[in-house]
Amino acid sequence: MISEAAKARFAKEVAKYPADQKQSSVMACLAIVQQELGYVSAENEQEVADYLGMAPIAVHEVTTFYNMYNQRPVGTFKLNVCTNLPCQLRDGAKALQHLEKKLGITMGQTTEDGMFTLQQSECLGACADSPVMLVNDRTMCSFMSTERLDRLIAGLRAAEVK
Amino acid sequence: MTAVDQVLAQFQASGTESCFHGRHIEPQIYAGLDGSNWRLADYQARGGYQALRKILGQDGSVGMTPDQVIATVKESALRGRGGAGFPTGLKWSFMPRQFPGQKYLVCNSDEGEPGTCKDRDILQYNPHIVIEGMAIAAYAMGISVGYNYIHGEIFQSYDRFEDALQEARAAGLLGDKIMGSSFGFQLHAVHGFGAYICGEETALLESLEGKKGQPRFKPPFPASFGMYGKPTTINNTETFAAVPWIIRNGGQAYLACGKPNNGGTKIYSVSGDVELPGNYEIPMGTPFAKLLELAGGVRGGRKLKAVIPGGSSSPVLPADIMMQCTMDYDSIAKSGSMLGSGALIVMDETRCMVKSLQRLSYFYMHESCGQCTPCREGTGWLSRMVDRVENGHGRPSDMDLLDSVADNIQGRTICALGDAAAMPVRAMIKHFRHEFEHHVEHKTCMVPAYV
Repeated sequence: MISEAAKARFAKEVAKYPADQKQSSVMACLAIVQQELGYVSAENEQEVADYLGMAPIAVHEVTTFYNMYNQRPVGTFKLNVCTNLPCQLRDGAKALQHLEKKLGITMGQTTEDGMFTLQQSECLGACADSPVMLVNDRTMCSFMSTERLDRLIAGLRAAEVK
Repeated sequence: MTAVDQVLAQFQASGTESCFHGRHIEPQIYAGLDGSNWRLADYQARGGYQALRKILGQDGSVGMTPDQVIATVKESALRGRGGAGFPTGLKWSFMPRQFPGQKYLVCNSDEGEPGTCKDRDILQYNPHIVIEGMAIAAYAMGISVGYNYIHGEIFQSYDRFEDALQEARAAGLLGDKIMGSSFGFQLHAVHGFGAYICGEETALLESLEGKKGQPRFKPPFPASFGMYGKPTTINNTETFAAVPWIIRNGGQAYLACGKPNNGGTKIYSVSGDVELPGNYEIPMGTPFAKLLELAGGVRGGRKLKAVIPGGSSSPVLPADIMMQCTMDYDSIAKSGSMLGSGALIVMDETRCMVKSLQRLSYFYMHESCGQCTPCREGTGWLSRMVDRVENGHGRPSDMDLLDSVADNIQGRTICALGDAAAMPVRAMIKHFRHEFEHHVEHKTCMVPAYV
């Protein structure tokens, strides 16, 4: 179920568009759902569809078209490592491989404790900071050398245990 | 701040490396930034919103008519900074002036062209310059509503832009009756959520309408059928950011900063094998050699092999050709490539061109929206064929076959993604065919392996 707090945030997004164009806010609403619940379920799509007066399939089209929506549960921390060419030239692939080894999973998988999901991603738009990694859709981490990756993983583990 | 936020904060870029390095040449957009002075008061202290004040006649002058604003932008020879390089003033003049209904202004901040990261720093460290530029454009075209569509992956820059919008609204610089004039402009921030194709302007419009981002046929062009079917002008972030300076200093002064037909400064994102990757704002027409020097030269003192000069979609150029170029639309075009978004991906002598192309071809396959058959199927063929050449399973006929597939994609799709997928393949084979042949014959790279 989508919370009332989330729906209050929906209203702010809807207000950006003409009254008869509520559908324009569907991407923002789905991103809010994902931030709150971790992923977008079929039930959530139905709720968003009802809220915006859209067909559920039109919402589903959006969820499935855009890469950042999670269509199934992911770990507490979703890590997206860019391996596109500019990052590849500056250890992007190495960063991904390091995390695979460190977390004991391959890209696309989630650790057994449900803490980390690791994904390869396309250009994040921060090429000068490579290697770069996006954490939970909203926070860009820059210059992710193996040493910094190790510190980040340790830090996130410790923060989550607290 | 939660414990998690505290951890993540330690890994965020400060902008020191990419933007506040002091190695710009006569910067206009990045001038005077330090990461902490993005707020309205700071921007105004740098002369911000004076251009808007000037056109609205709120500085004691008579103001400027919309036609005068467009004429000034035409005179400046400002060309679109998103990739196509279309003259901005001319684009603005296409908007129907007397159209009775709603018109829209859209800023394309969906910066996802591999190599490009300039708009992110503008939005993060100087967001008001985009707001002011958009307000001036809206005035010039008689538009009352605008949207800035921001790449979903740079969510912090989206949040930053929202904060800047709040400041501008509270100060009466957006909304109804701006600065007490009769001009009103409502501006909103919108985010994407991971689709390269939405940087294509009509896909972006579809996305703004709450749909999957599949490009539209052109014509009709957005100026006649854009957002919600209404006349719409779409410009890149950096293009809007260039406008306040032009209005303050005049079109002629802006043109004089660059070279004929290539006015002003341009921000180049330099990535790959250089000592100091980052964004560099320099006058149009600056030699590439100078830009390379600003970026600290080739990493480790190695030899330059090739440069992709305008984002991953632009054709690669070998070092000897690149070293002859100046950084402007005309020089790069004459050399057989495109200035594009101004993102330079630099590769040194240790790089395998087959491996480099392999990653790019995978990208275009991944991001093809699937609407047009030549692109949907063709990008997959290209990717799988480059894969097999890289992995030592290539056939002698593969180079010609790659070229043929690319040829059959190019020009046969609704949008430019098909061309963007085809051009890197053709240029790589044209300039580095011997590396592909070596792979086929010897089943290995010509250079030592790297990760």
